[in-house]
Amino acid sequence: MTVDHPSRPTGSSEVAARHDALPDSFDNPGLPAHRHRMADTDPVAASRAERQVVGLFALSAAGTIFAMVAYFVWTPEGDFASIKSSTLGVGLGMALSLFALGVGAVHWAKTLMPDAEVVEERHALRGTEDERAAALEILRIGGEESGIGRRPLIRNSLLGALALFPLPGIVLLRDLGPLPGDVLTHTLWEEGVRLTRDPTGTRIKASEVTLGSVYHVIPEGLGDAEHPLEEKAKAAVLLVRMDRSNMVVNDPAREGWDVDGIYAYSKICTHVGCPVALYEQQTHHLLCPCHQSTFDVTQYCKVIFGPAKRPLPQLPITVDDEGYLVAQSDFTEPVGPSYWERGDR
Amino acid sequence: MVLLLLALFGTGMAYAAAAPTEGDGEAAEAGELLTGDEDNGRELFLANCSTCHGVNAAGGEDGPSLIGVGAASVDFQVGTGRMPLQNTAPQAPEKDPSFTEQETADLAAWVASLAPGPAIPDPGSVQPLIEDDEAISEGGEIFRVNCAMCHSSVGAGGALTRGKYAPALAGSSPKHIYEAMVTGPQSMPVFNDANITVEEKQSVISYLKYIEEQPKPGGLSLGSLGPVSEGLFAWLGLLGLVIATTIWLGAKSS
Repeated sequence: MTVDHPSRPTGSSEVAARHDALPDSFDNPGLPAHRHRMADTDPVAASRAERQVVGLFALSAAGTIFAMVAYFVWTPEGDFASIKSSTLGVGLGMALSLFALGVGAVHWAKTLMPDAEVVEERHALRGTEDERAAALEILRIGGEESGIGRRPLIRNSLLGALALFPLPGIVLLRDLGPLPGDVLTHTLWEEGVRLTRDPTGTRIKASEVTLGSVYHVIPEGLGDAEHPLEEKAKAAVLLVRMDRSNMVVNDPAREGWDVDGIYAYSKICTHVGCPVALYEQQTHHLLCPCHQSTFDVTQYCKVIFGPAKRPLPQLPITVDDEGYLVAQSDFTEPVGPSYWERGDR
Repeated sequence: MVLLLLALFGTGMAYAAAAPTEGDGEAAEAGELLTGDEDNGRELFLANCSTCHGVNAAGGEDGPSLIGVGAASVDFQVGTGRMPLQNTAPQAPEKDPSFTEQETADLAAWVASLAPGPAIPDPGSVQPLIEDDEAISEGGEIFRVNCAMCHSSVGAGGALTRGKYAPALAGSSPKHIYEAMVTGPQSMPVFNDANITVEEKQSVISYLKYIEEQPKPGGLSLGSLGPVSEGLFAWLGLLGLVIATTIWLGAKSS
């Protein structure tokens, strides 16, 4: 800093002077002087260290015996409470025996074993000329005796077998397929599919969803699907009812997607797919328990906090003739986390 | 150095020992429903609640309208000490109730007389069925789908946004658990009888009371908060021990 400082005219010359004083190279300072430990000079300290090591080893032995005694004292009697005492006793005993053994060994090495610094130079990696010639000779004799040059059939069949060897690995990769196709963009929801309660599968009447209510929803007929759990992982929906006047923004494109303030949103977080289900009735915030992504229902589940990037997809719903809630269509965009082929849908 | 090591390990152990433990289970409330005196309830309301909720309980800038919230809501809010509000905070905490059970019943009777709303449940319908394995199993499934995301699968509670939280459920009386489901206090949404039927609510209460009485065979439950408390124990206690041991290994003997 002093170099370019205009208010200190002497600065640059000071630096120059110091620069001149620097030698071209530094001598190897070598190792610091050997410092004797207390146990090296004081016999009392040495015998104390010895007693400490012996004490630690004795502690280890005591831990071992305790573990064995604990095994017989706290015999598990079939209930979990007695298993707890048994495992705790045996575990503590064994931990003590091993830990004290290790501490004792290290303490022994640190206090009593020689600690003089030793320098050992690296030797050259290259062998002597004679050794190199001998190695080449071994290779030559080996090649000659195996006859690999004289018997091309053996050589070629060996090369062929080696070339084929890795192929099973590639064949086994086949069961990674088939490619997912369009399963990521479609769920069980389609026009007319009734909304049902998770886990009972009973239908939901619009009149039953009172203000402030939350329903955890699965599509009707989920149990009959080929892979119910995989379908549930995509189709899970959270149903909330709030006063429509609480909506902060109004999207004309989503006009008629709700039933008098009953909104249905995908429960799968757009970050990494956790179930977003912590609904705060007063703030209308939906919180994802995994990474605290927060979605605001009054803004069509726009992300207002956390790592999620996209709003939760809304499921357009309506009521059928009998008053039950039904889906108008599938989600209009893929649910859940982003993936490479998702594009900007 | 060995002292430091022991101190660090001791910190971890002390934390584990001081970690929140489950509250003592409150005995299931048997007995009769108290009959509230509406006139006395109105007197109490005017003296204690009307500053925020307005003299006609129609609400104001500082408090919501109580018309139509029902006796269940009053019984929950006042009976658990959440109301009257102690101070303005993100959430009203549970504390010792300010009113006797009779006074709470009087308040509830007056508020219920304003407009229809959820009633205080019949004691028989919230009685936990500790012996009924089927009810406990069903209650557990309903709880895990509807409640566990906030209250954790064992009812240990958890954090919400901006200082709000879902409280731990151990020690809550069956009546108050029922009333919370019906009325949706504070941040909690409503789970009306069409969503979770009265019998299913009883199953949920049975499940909560059942797990509350389970022994903790794994040793310290660390508040049943799962990875959070266990992780903190591992970081403070075990990692501290590892660091202390590493420093001791690398240090020269004096």
